[in-house]
Amino acid sequence: MSTPVLEIVDLRKSFDQNLVLHDVNLVVPEHTATVLIGASGSGKSTLLRCINLLEPIDDGLILLDGQEISDPAIDVDLIRRKLGIVFQSFNLFPHMTIRENITLAPIKVQRKSRDEANELADELLKRFDLLEKADEYPDRLSGGQQQRAAIIRSIAVNPRLLLLDEVTSALDPVLVNEVLSIVRDLKSDGMTMVLATHEMGFATQVADQVCFLESGLILERGTPEEVLRSPSHPKTKEFLKRVHEAGRL
Amino acid sequence: MSNTTPWSPSAREREREIYRKNLQARKRVIALISTVLVLGTFSAILLTSPGWDSVKATFFDLDYGKEVFPTVIRGLVVNIQLTLIGGVAIGIIALALALLKTTKSPALTPFRFIATAYIDIFRGAPLILIILLVGFGVPALRIQGLTNNVIVLGTIAVVLTYSAYVAEVIRSGILSVHQSQRAAARSLGLTSRQTMRYVVLPQAIRRVIPPLLNDFVSLLKDTGLVSILGVTDAVRAAQINASRTFNYTPYVVAAILFLLITIPLTRFIDRQIRLGSEKQNSEGLA
Ligand SMILES: Nc1ncnc2c1ncn2[C@@H]1O[C@H](COP(=O)(O)OP(=O)(O)OP(=O)(O)O)[C@@H](O)[C@H]1O
Ligand SMILES: [Mg+2]
Repeated sequence: MSTPVLEIVDLRKSFDQNLVLHDVNLVVPEHTATVLIGASGSGKSTLLRCINLLEPIDDGLILLDGQEISDPAIDVDLIRRKLGIVFQSFNLFPHMTIRENITLAPIKVQRKSRDEANELADELLKRFDLLEKADEYPDRLSGGQQQRAAIIRSIAVNPRLLLLDEVTSALDPVLVNEVLSIVRDLKSDGMTMVLATHEMGFATQVADQVCFLESGLILERGTPEEVLRSPSHPKTKEFLKRVHEAGRL
Repeated sequence: MSNTTPWSPSAREREREIYRKNLQARKRVIALISTVLVLGTFSAILLTSPGWDSVKATFFDLDYGKEVFPTVIRGLVVNIQLTLIGGVAIGIIALALALLKTTKSPALTPFRFIATAYIDIFRGAPLILIILLVGFGVPALRIQGLTNNVIVLGTIAVVLTYSAYVAEVIRSGILSVHQSQRAAARSLGLTSRQTMRYVVLPQAIRRVIPPLLNDFVSLLKDTGLVSILGVTDAVRAAQINASRTFNYTPYVVAAILFLLITIPLTRFIDRQIRLGSEKQNSEGLA
């Protein structure tokens, strides 16, 4: 088997006295999507932020393409260039147009020419049906369009791994679908992804692997079929039952 | 919107319209009467007061006002120059101070301390004392090459003090930018310096423009304080004339000239603030 894009070994993370993640082990092979599910506060966002080196970890290893990125001597900026992350909200830069948002990193980080970056941006915008908004500022876009633009911005730098943190949770059901369809497209393009979501139906569609987090521990993992249809752990069952009652399965 | 049938107001709506118009008219009449009454009473008290004639002669002497007008205006040009040149210097120094104070770079630690101490000192001490200390202290050092020019020294004193104020305003703007903006920029691979330059600062500056404009108006007024060093600005020009003739009309002329600039400027700023907050509200809805 080839080196996985992401490998996490015995990760531990706490905020002061609060142990948020412990004994987290995860392998994400290339071209696969890993979906993190779990109750609010179970540590999904924290895990994604740790992978993106936005949070220092207490112990364990994070390997990107076999390279230890949890090494304090590593050039954080260099690593982050290989990782894309999209948060729940506050993603886009409000003082820049959509096109400027997308081209900022290609121009400043990858040192592409403005023309080259614009061309790339327009190509992506066209592909994801957002070209007519290229010159708008983010506040003129719907929530769903904003999230799509944020996803486009993060893939414009060709990340090795894309991290999506509940990119749909601030949206109404109609907008959820337009965001999810872009994620589906990326998945079929072969993008390697780790995403936290509350959309179980969607998780079933895109996930190669589903991980159920509970109090900072991956309690159960497997194919969507295994985890979502026939969970073995009582906590997973309980969680899915609550999700089901909330009408999100 | 376009495919509705032509609309003409219903009878009820026409009644309401007439009522609204009457109400408007009545409000205007009341406002007018009230204004005339209040202003009339004040003017009557003022004009019939025993000292009015002498006040009028010493503060509102129209002919004398016309006579000193050119000198005071020449002084005001000094204030304006000082404001513009000082404003640029303040902007640059304040930005540097704000960036130093917010930096986390370990190499810049001593500068961070210096910036903090600087801001504490110059924000805490009265401007007039700084002007006196710089204006009289620096020449007393008798260091070769240091200027004794009061205009320059006065400007330096004002710039020192205002840089501290403005630095704090800019810093508050920097801190007001949501941290996830920084996280988003860093996760795109931008360095912390690029993040500050392209993502944080542009948003921060936009937010603090209204308070900065207010500081700009204050700056214009406070340039009048350099007159204590003997700089012939508008205040000093008025003072020279007033003390020569014991007629205070020049002060009134100077005050009116300042107001002619500051009032339109503050109106403009208020409008900018209002437009800005409307924009922010609509952003909040998105
Ligand atoms: N910056 C922080 N400082 C202190 N505690 C934090 C911080 N960020 C998260 N936590 C804590 O870590 C725990 C996990 O939070 P996290 O945001 O990872 O949960 P989550 O699974 O993403 O939840 P949600 O589904 O609501 O987004 C919570 O108890 C939270 O209070
Ligand atoms: Mg979260």
